[in-house]
Order: sequence, then structure tokens, then C-alpha cells
Amino acid sequence: MSTQVPSSLVTQPDAHSDKESPRWLGPLVLLGPSGLWLGLLLVIPTLLIFELSLVPGIRPGDIVNPSGLDNYGLIFQPVYFRVIGRSLFFAFGTTFFALLLGFPVAYWIALIAPKQWRNLLLLSFVLPLWTSSLLRSYAWITILRPTGVLNSFLQLIGIPPLDLLNRSPAVLIGMSYSMLPYIVLVLYASLEKLDRRLLEAAADLGANPLQVFWKVTIPQSLPGIVAGALLVFITSLGDFVDPELLGGASSMTLARLIYNQFIGATQNWGFGSALSMILIFLVSLAIALLIKYGDRSQVV
Amino acid sequence: MSQAATQNQGAMATDAGLDVELRKVFKEFNREMAVQGIDLSIRRGEFFSILGPSGCGKTTTLRLIAGFELPSAGEVLIQNQSMNQVPPYRRPVNTVFQSYALFSHMTVWDNIAFGLRLKKQGKAAVQERVQEALKLVKMETFAHRYPAQLSGGQQQRVALARALVNRPTVLLLDEPLGALDLKLRKEMQMELSILHREVGLTFVMVTHDQEEAMSLSDRIAVMNHGKIEQIGSPKQIYDRPQTPFVADFIGDTNLFRGKVEGFHPAKLWVVTEHGLKMTAQPLESGKSAPVSGQVVLSIRPEKIRLSYRPSEGQVNCFEGRLKNVMYLGTHIHCVIELLSGDCVTIMQPNTVAKLPNADTPLYASWATEDCLALTV
Repeated sequence: MSTQVPSSLVTQPDAHSDKESPRWLGPLVLLGPSGLWLGLLLVIPTLLIFELSLVPGIRPGDIVNPSGLDNYGLIFQPVYFRVIGRSLFFAFGTTFFALLLGFPVAYWIALIAPKQWRNLLLLSFVLPLWTSSLLRSYAWITILRPTGVLNSFLQLIGIPPLDLLNRSPAVLIGMSYSMLPYIVLVLYASLEKLDRRLLEAAADLGANPLQVFWKVTIPQSLPGIVAGALLVFITSLGDFVDPELLGGASSMTLARLIYNQFIGATQNWGFGSALSMILIFLVSLAIALLIKYGDRSQVV
Repeated sequence: MSQAATQNQGAMATDAGLDVELRKVFKEFNREMAVQGIDLSIRRGEFFSILGPSGCGKTTTLRLIAGFELPSAGEVLIQNQSMNQVPPYRRPVNTVFQSYALFSHMTVWDNIAFGLRLKKQGKAAVQERVQEALKLVKMETFAHRYPAQLSGGQQQRVALARALVNRPTVLLLDEPLGALDLKLRKEMQMELSILHREVGLTFVMVTHDQEEAMSLSDRIAVMNHGKIEQIGSPKQIYDRPQTPFVADFIGDTNLFRGKVEGFHPAKLWVVTEHGLKMTAQPLESGKSAPVSGQVVLSIRPEKIRLSYRPSEGQVNCFEGRLKNVMYLGTHIHCVIELLSGDCVTIMQPNTVAKLPNADTPLYASWATEDCLALTV
């Protein structure tokens, strides 16, 4: 930061870059296209939504005239608080069940299944992703409805029918199912890298299989578990299809509420935009945690 | 170090307890026999090495003792108790793994305390013993580092401390120094030897480095193709190899295939493939010649004398020409091509002022007792 640098030294880099292509050209070429894409389709729309969120009670065709934070004030009504709470509950629940179901599967494919079968097994878990999520939700309706596949089976073996559809359990089942392939892939990638000699070393030092699992396998795959859990959490927080089709009237979530403000009966774009900003804030918070945690696990 | 070895041997004579026994142990992987009927008895307090080329089954043997593999047939005993039904985590052994296998998510301290905490030792006891182990391997100041922040040699010490802190009956070492560079390796060899004397435990080490095995061990088992070729002290293995493989694998040697023409209690007359007549020492004096009459003769390069004139009274003396010379500093490594066409390697101390040229007739000779007849 010295001001006494001879001017010849200062101008030297410029003279140097005259001969070759300018230093900023490389980054521009590499980052430009995706930057343009993100700018046009993410940053600008987000800013537009933010602007809309500052207009109270705006309907299609109205003139946009930002006037304050009234829309955000609306959110503090208990009914909307409960919607946010329910969205978080579904997201946490889905994360929990996806982990609970996905970890054993990923563990088995990565560590126990014969090597030559691994890719096929993974493929079979990713296969549902090839169908539309809408279709998958309809399939769950067929299974879960009062006279559906599940209840017919339960009746057959003499168990009273379960009333799951149009309530929270159906939403959690549908969302966990949708998220399973993602979490299996992320956990598999993490477990596959697990150094098996560490498992042997732990056994050698006196750890029984359960202790090996809790003291070595879980800590060693923690970065993968965190990454997978956050991926599921973020995706399910904004999920619209499963709560809409499987949840019924009682399972109002943020995503459904936003939908209603823009396309549904209520038609209040300002409030819908404010809710969108809340959702973006919650998701960003989760991503910030992911980045922070991801970096720390790399240091260790 | 050799003094220590003899002291240990003296101690073992009074305490003949066996720590590890393998009885007719076989191990099969996918229809391939990795270990083929091994018998081993490792004495209490001994530094025992299993030496052999890669793929000879030495690591499998160690894993059978540790319990990571179960024998397809035979029995593994530790202190006279069968281990066949005992999982690794209940065996009184600890292993130092080839690439250390330290837990990267734990500090050095937590790595070393791992085994003690599992055994539900009190906090104070864990504290004391971890501290003691850190001191033993001179790593006190690194207790709160993570393995990734340590050099290879330091990781090696932590791996040693992590195993030793549990005071196992037997310490297993799988190529413990394999990943270190030469200088560090020599240093750690010395430390390992001192450590063995200090802790007084039975050490079983697997290595492919014959020098390492020779310098550290009380006894060595030489393995090849899943079988034990010979078990003995480093001196026995080097001076009295029982098989051509051992003679060839341990140190350098010159091997000649030949046929027994006649024998005497302490001597064999052998004619080699190329017609050289040699007198050789039978494996065990007083024993008759092998039934087939086929033998392999082994002569160590440093036992061969080189002269310009045929030496008087020397039975094994052959004319040849100098073919190749390698200057090794302390020694000179010469290859002499005999008139028969055979080549012999000779190790000469670096005292010769001038080496002869390739046309000068030379005579290579060796004594009967340095020419070992091994059965094929």
C-alpha cells in the first residue's frame, strides 16, 4: 500500500497485458454464459418478486407501487405461522425418514453388495426419477386412499384400515419416497469412499460392530450425511406437488399458499411475493449452513 | 541390537510359554489357497517376523491371527486358547496397520484413547495411560493434532501408541515401515527394536524387506506360495538356508543345479548341469544324499575368493573371466563368467587396488562348507 512506488513499476502490468489477451477475458468466457443465465432467470426475477412483495394487496393488472412492509406484517398472523411451521415440519420429517430409509440402502450397496452389482443397484434406485413426480403422487393416491391397495391388503390380513390420505402421513410418505433416490446417491458417494481399514482398526481396538458403526462409520460419513440431509430439506421445503395431491385441505404449506396467492382463489400477488421471499430466506439459510459445515469437514 | 537378541533368547529359554500358535492352518479365497497348511509357534516376548515376497500369504497369516480372516481349516491359538470362534474385537491382540489406518476425525489423543475408552477404563486411568503411550513414542506435543496434520513418521508413531496403549498379549505389525523413506525407516527400525525391549510384548511383524526382518527379529519365518519354507534365527536363515528359495530370497547367492555323484558323511560330490564338479556340504551332515540325487548348490557371493592363480588344495576352483563390475563403495560386486558358461556373482571388499581386465584369466574358489547342497 505504499504510495511511493515508481510509476514505471505500476504501469508494467498494463504494458504486459497489451501483448497477450487481457487478464479478465478468461473468467469472462468461462463464467459469462452461466452468469447471464443466473442473472436473467434468477437474480432479476427475485428482485422483481421482492419489489412485488412491498405492494399491499396487488392483483393481476394493478400498477406496481411499492409502499412498505405491510405484506410481511400479514405473516405474523397465527394461521400463516402455522403454515410455515407445517412446511418446516414436513421438511424435517421428510429429511428424517429419507435418512432413516436411505442410509441402510446406501450402506448396503456401498459396503456389502458385490462390486459388480453396485451400478445396477444404484440405477434401480434412480429409476423412479425417470417418471414424472405427478405420476408418482397419483400412484401413492391409488395405494393410500381408503379403498386403495394398502387398505385392501390390511383388510385381507384382518387389520383395520388406515386413514392416511389427505392428511400429514400421506404427505410425509410421498415426499420421503420422492427424496429417497437423491439421498441414496449422496450417501452412497460418501460411504463408498469410506476407508474399510478404519473399520478393521476399530474392531482391532475392541469395538464391536455396533460401536464401530457409531464411532467410525457415522463420523467418517458425516459430511455426506449433512450434504444429503440438506439437499432433501431444501428440496422438500419448496415441494408443491406432494402436499397438494396427497395432503388435502388440512396440509397447507408455504408452497401451496404461494400458489394460491398467484394462481388460486385468493389472488394477492404482494402477499404471495412476501411468502416467496420467506421461503427463499429459509432455503438460503439452509444452504449457508451447508457451505459452512461442508468447509469445516474438509479441514478435518 | 544383536546383543539384545541373544539376551531375549536367553530369557525365552527359561520361559517357554507360547503366545501364538497356528496348527495346520489353511485359508482359501475364491478357490485359491492363500495359506496352505501353516504351523507356527511364537514364543512369549519374541520379536517374530514373517518374511516373503508379495502374494506369499504373509499378510493373510497376520490377518488370521488378528481375526479379520477365519481359517478354512486348522486352528489359531493365542495363549493356548482357540481363537477360531473369537471375533477380532475380543482377541488380546492389537495391530499396527500398513498405512496406519488412523481415525481422521479424531485427534491423536482420541485415537490413542479409543481402545481404553471402549474397555470402560476410568477417566484418570485413560488420561494416565494415553500420556504414557505418547511419551513412549515421543509424541507428547502432538496430542491435539489431527492425523492429517502429521508426517508419515509421526503417524506411524501414533499408530504404534494406539496399539500398545491397550497392552495386548501380542502386537501385530503389518509392513509397519513400508510407507517411510529409507532414512526414516532406519531410524524407526532402531526405535521399534528399543520399544520391543522396553514393553516386553510379543511382536509379530510382516515384511517383504529381508534386511528389516534380519535386523529386528529374534526369529523369522520365510514364506513362499502360502507355505513356510523355513523358520529360524536370522543367522540360521542366512547361513543355513533349508531350501533354494530361502537361499535366493535372503541376501544374494549363486545357485547351481546338479546331480549327486557320491557322498560321504560330511561331503557330497555334485556335477552341475554344465559339468562343473563341486564338493558340497549336505544340509545335515551324516545324512545320506537325497533319493532323487537332484540338488541345488548355493554359494554366497562374499564366500567366494578371487585369485590370478588356481589356489592350492581348494576343491571348488574354476577358471573364468571378469564380465561386469559394480562399484558399491564398501564393496565391489563382480560377475565372473566361468569357462563352463555359468556366471557367478562375487562380493569383494573394497581393498583391491586395481581390477583385472576382461582378458586376464581369473580363478574363483570356495570352500566345501560354504557350498550348501539344498534339496530341490
